[in-house]
Amino acid sequence: MTALAVTDLSKTFPLPRRLFGPARPGVRAVRPMSFTVESGETLGIVGESGCGKSTLARMLVGLLDPTTGHIEIAGKALDNADPAVFGRLIQYVFQDPISSLNPRKTIRQIMETPLKRLYGMEKAERTARIAEIFDSVNLREEFLDRYPHEFSGGQAQRIGIARALAASPRIIVLDEPVSALDVSVQAQVLNLMARLRDEFDLTYLFISHDLAVVEAVSDRVVVLYFGAVVEIGNAKTIFSAPKHPYTKLLADSAPVVGRPLTAPEQKGSELPDPLNPPPGCAFAGRCPRATQICRAEDPALRQMQEDQFAACHHPIES
Amino acid sequence: MGRYILKRLLSAIPVLLGITVIVFLIMAMIPGDPATAILGSYATPENVAKLNRDLGLDKPLVQRYFIWLGNMLTGDFGRSFSLNRPALDEIVERFSATLVLAGTSFVLCSLLGILAGVVSAARQYGLADKAITFVVLIGISVPSFFLGMMMILLFAVNLRWLPVSGMYAIYGGGDLPDLLRHLAMPALALAAVATGVIARLSRSAMLEVLRQDYIRTARAKGVPERRVLMGHALRAAMVSIIPVLGIQAGFVLSGAVYIELVFQWPGVGRMLVDAILKRDIILVQGGVVFVAACYVLFNIAVDVAQSLLDPRIKT
Amino acid sequence: MSAFLRLLFRNRLAALGAVVLGAILLLVLAIPLLPLPDPDVIATADRFQPPFSEGHLLGTDHLGRDLLSRLLYGTRLSLAVGVVAALIAASIGSAIGIIAGYFGGRIDNIIMRGVDMLMAFPYILLALAIVAALGPGLLNALIAVAAVNIPFFARNIRGITAGLAQREFIDAARLAGLGHTRIILQELFPNVLPVIVIAMSTTVGWMILETAGLSFLGLGSQPPQADLGSMLGEARAALISAPHTSFVPGVMIFLIVMSVNLLGDGIRDALDPRLKSGALSRPLPMTQVRRRGDVPPATDDLLAIQHLETQFHVGKRIYRAVNRVSLAVKPGECLGVIGESGSGKSVTALSVMGLVSSPPGVITGGAVRLEGEDLLGAKYETLRAKRGEKVAYIFQDPLATLHPLYKVGHQLAEAIQVHHKPSDREARARALDLLKSVRMPNAESRLDNYPHEMSGGMRQRVGIAMALANDPEVIIADEPTTALDVTVQAQILALLDDLRRERGLAIVFITHDFGVVAQLCDSVAVMYAGRIVEQGPTDTVLNAPAHPYTKRLIACVPELGGGQRELAAIPGLPPVVDNLPEGCAFAPRCDKARDECRRGDIPLDGQAPRAVRCLFPEEPVT
Repeated sequence: MTALAVTDLSKTFPLPRRLFGPARPGVRAVRPMSFTVESGETLGIVGESGCGKSTLARMLVGLLDPTTGHIEIAGKALDNADPAVFGRLIQYVFQDPISSLNPRKTIRQIMETPLKRLYGMEKAERTARIAEIFDSVNLREEFLDRYPHEFSGGQAQRIGIARALAASPRIIVLDEPVSALDVSVQAQVLNLMARLRDEFDLTYLFISHDLAVVEAVSDRVVVLYFGAVVEIGNAKTIFSAPKHPYTKLLADSAPVVGRPLTAPEQKGSELPDPLNPPPGCAFAGRCPRATQICRAEDPALRQMQEDQFAACHHPIES
Repeated sequence: MGRYILKRLLSAIPVLLGITVIVFLIMAMIPGDPATAILGSYATPENVAKLNRDLGLDKPLVQRYFIWLGNMLTGDFGRSFSLNRPALDEIVERFSATLVLAGTSFVLCSLLGILAGVVSAARQYGLADKAITFVVLIGISVPSFFLGMMMILLFAVNLRWLPVSGMYAIYGGGDLPDLLRHLAMPALALAAVATGVIARLSRSAMLEVLRQDYIRTARAKGVPERRVLMGHALRAAMVSIIPVLGIQAGFVLSGAVYIELVFQWPGVGRMLVDAILKRDIILVQGGVVFVAACYVLFNIAVDVAQSLLDPRIKT
Repeated sequence: MSAFLRLLFRNRLAALGAVVLGAILLLVLAIPLLPLPDPDVIATADRFQPPFSEGHLLGTDHLGRDLLSRLLYGTRLSLAVGVVAALIAASIGSAIGIIAGYFGGRIDNIIMRGVDMLMAFPYILLALAIVAALGPGLLNALIAVAAVNIPFFARNIRGITAGLAQREFIDAARLAGLGHTRIILQELFPNVLPVIVIAMSTTVGWMILETAGLSFLGLGSQPPQADLGSMLGEARAALISAPHTSFVPGVMIFLIVMSVNLLGDGIRDALDPRLKSGALSRPLPMTQVRRRGDVPPATDDLLAIQHLETQFHVGKRIYRAVNRVSLAVKPGECLGVIGESGSGKSVTALSVMGLVSSPPGVITGGAVRLEGEDLLGAKYETLRAKRGEKVAYIFQDPLATLHPLYKVGHQLAEAIQVHHKPSDREARARALDLLKSVRMPNAESRLDNYPHEMSGGMRQRVGIAMALANDPEVIIADEPTTALDVTVQAQILALLDDLRRERGLAIVFITHDFGVVAQLCDSVAVMYAGRIVEQGPTDTVLNAPAHPYTKRLIACVPELGGGQRELAAIPGLPPVVDNLPEGCAFAPRCDKARDECRRGDIPLDGQAPRAVRCLFPEEPVT
């Protein structure tokens, strides 16, 4: 069953009007993109800074209005709905665990808000539910009366996850949930999330810049570049047999124990200017395989393998 | 750069219009018939009728505003009834005296304030810092008019170093040394508070900047400490000090009102207070608009200075 | 609350302000109980009595009225008017500011344009205009003072609110189903309130002064009623003949404003968490050194860190960030130092050239020797001459570490000119060479760029070029690629590797990434809780880790190509270094720990170059 379907979703941020000169086109943070996520699946979303992954995430949870396109959750359109409706279906776990908790509220107050506002629960019911959730994320109940600054990053992130669970959503968007954490704590949080997914039958969108982490937790992976999907495929194969040269570049760049240090061949590392995007493929300027057509025509997403799609004029043959 | 200045000048137009609207609206709060209120004790029926004719005071509010604005744009600020001369002539004459006083004070407080702040930050918790912090605390707590009065008692009455008041000596004065002798006390009294505020702010701006990573980089390069402070740190601190200089200029201009009264300085502040007490509304209205407009232009100059310093401001 | 008060009164100046203000308030509140003559009764025969005269403690004024009585009544009036004006300005201004800051967009634009226009007036002009329209009088002066201060609060609170509204907990509240009103009242307001209190406490003194000023001009309180300002105004005519009549109200205004300011500053400091931790101290040009114990003897290494101890002294707490760490590099060698956050790896690196922020950092033991010379005992000028010349740094975040207001060409040239005396033209030519050597595209035109005009990768190339400026012998790279995207990181690492081979540089490379260490470093030291737990050649340490922490940490790092899987984790958290357990710091998280592990000092043992600090190592270290 399809948990989430996104059709032609895009976001253009308007630029402030200039005093002189013609009106400027906006910055296209997310170009029109479509994809679906199956129920119970984890979809990984990878890309480097400026690829539009956070903008996409904020649109999915209704914190940002899309410029075009629509979002369907479990077959129901969610355009222009109020956040409370979104909140019961889709929740968000933030990158910075401490900053996502109000510094002047206790953990109990933070946990109670969604239960009260989204479900109108009574006091006793709330207490029971919070105890239940805390138990499943391995947090002690004595934490409830403390303030956020008393927690380490890993604990705060577990509180963030607990808060998302309190809304009983179908889908959780995880926006770089472990990139602020140390390696030894990172794995604790990732494993907890994997267990919760099975326990509560959740669907995840897992956003990260760390390829290895995404591969470890995802079923399928979307690769973003400059606001557009360049490749979608099975997590098992997308990095070992990439079709798009950018995916290959990403996979080759990650430093790995036991691989000699060689900078992957490329012409530059600069992203195109978002105020003045080039015609054709946005990656053409850095791509070793680019030809004339790449600089003229923006490639569409095409099926390359049974479960692998890439937007490239000259995909890598395997 | 020229483009940026032009842009800032153009963007000042709505602010200037806004100022006239605000002043106009405040003056429209005067209860009763506007012509009678403006004329006060001069409100003979003939005068009222004449004023209504000239300023359209019997017309609706919006129309009155545009008549008033139109007059001002052609340089007609109306006629002061208490002084019986064109308001603009009086304002310009008085404002130039205020400029001498406030301008001197502004230069003094900027230089002294920044210097004190930098020394204080460089010697944090040292003797110099404590001394400066103490003097600054007194400076920002003492009312400038009281300070002025005490200075008169000390320097003019007891020590007889400086003249008690006025801008020039009544007999035989009028040259620059005479002006400076008269200027010394009021300029210092006026600068005291602003110096304190600027010194405090410069100190905290310097301390804030000194914690930044790029200061560590400069030190790691081997830049001598004096140059780290006076170059790298002060330059970055100026980014937050300059806007405060702009604000403090407004405070200096405001404080000039008290100081002009204490030292009998023939400036625009004293003129305004006299005009209010005599209910010479035309003179108040014109004076406020004129001084505020000059302050807006001054702030544009501050913005331009800021953009010269900080390349991150889009020009 | 009690913690706040304790913090407030620890500040002696604030306590002084509170005492003075408290005394004045008590006096003023006790007016009905005191045997004071009527302040408005005129007795012209008794005019200008000096202080301490019969029946008039402070003397009388020009109409023979008792000055003490007038002073107390006037003080009461001035305080009341100033405080009420502050309350009005704070509530209206803050409400406007919160609304503008939270909603942003057009609402914000319109409100702030209006505020800007009000702020375009020198404040007294606006107050004068209001008084001119409403007529002189104390109430009108109060309205004027409150009105001119509203824009100040609005702008201040708007800035804070706009910052908070961007924070993630506001998004979280929205997703928890809260509407705008609830978000403003429940989420924003508690966070803005301290700022409002700070703004009020630092401006109420001003407002008392401003109302007194308007009265002084004759535009505030009207006779016979007197506040402090009008008392001073009336006394001005007799300034020379009877100065005490000016002196009494003037000193009172001064005392009130000063005590309010002192108390206000104290409140600000107590509420601002940054000031609380002493974080606003100015870092000294070099880290303080207070060594106890012997200085270890010289070795023949190029750079040797010997039994280094660096601590942070915050209040009564002592954080042992670096605890007897020894490391050494030879020319052309690359040493990796790896650890998680809080392990002390960066502090070790910064200690070498005395760059640890001080206060609160203090080096309390050991030595750092460059070619045998002890740098920790060196004078500032000796150390400075070696910074950038012999030992250069590359830092983590290249946006924060380059000066935002200088062109990169200038910053590069300066790095040379502080040690050598080339002409400006030579320095610029050298800067260009440096940019070319780090493979900066369009190097020539980049010289005149400011850092914000460059991408992260380019800025880090500038950072590296700056480190190379004087051909140093050692480069200390403190997480130089952590803030960069992975494709850029690969290029920067390759560049560093080439440079060290070309120039025979010794590199100390601080990182948290095993992949980076494996690709770049010859040997590696692993740090945990301020100590080295294991060291040795990179291959051996990574392939046969001896310390359980190293072994399990390597297992935690997900590697590409492993497929979907359960990841290894280490339970628990790293300890905080102000309260380290006895024995092995890792013992509470270690599944092999026995009682011996929790006792005494466990030595770093082994045969050079291999060593491990563990009683039960995973691999024999011989």
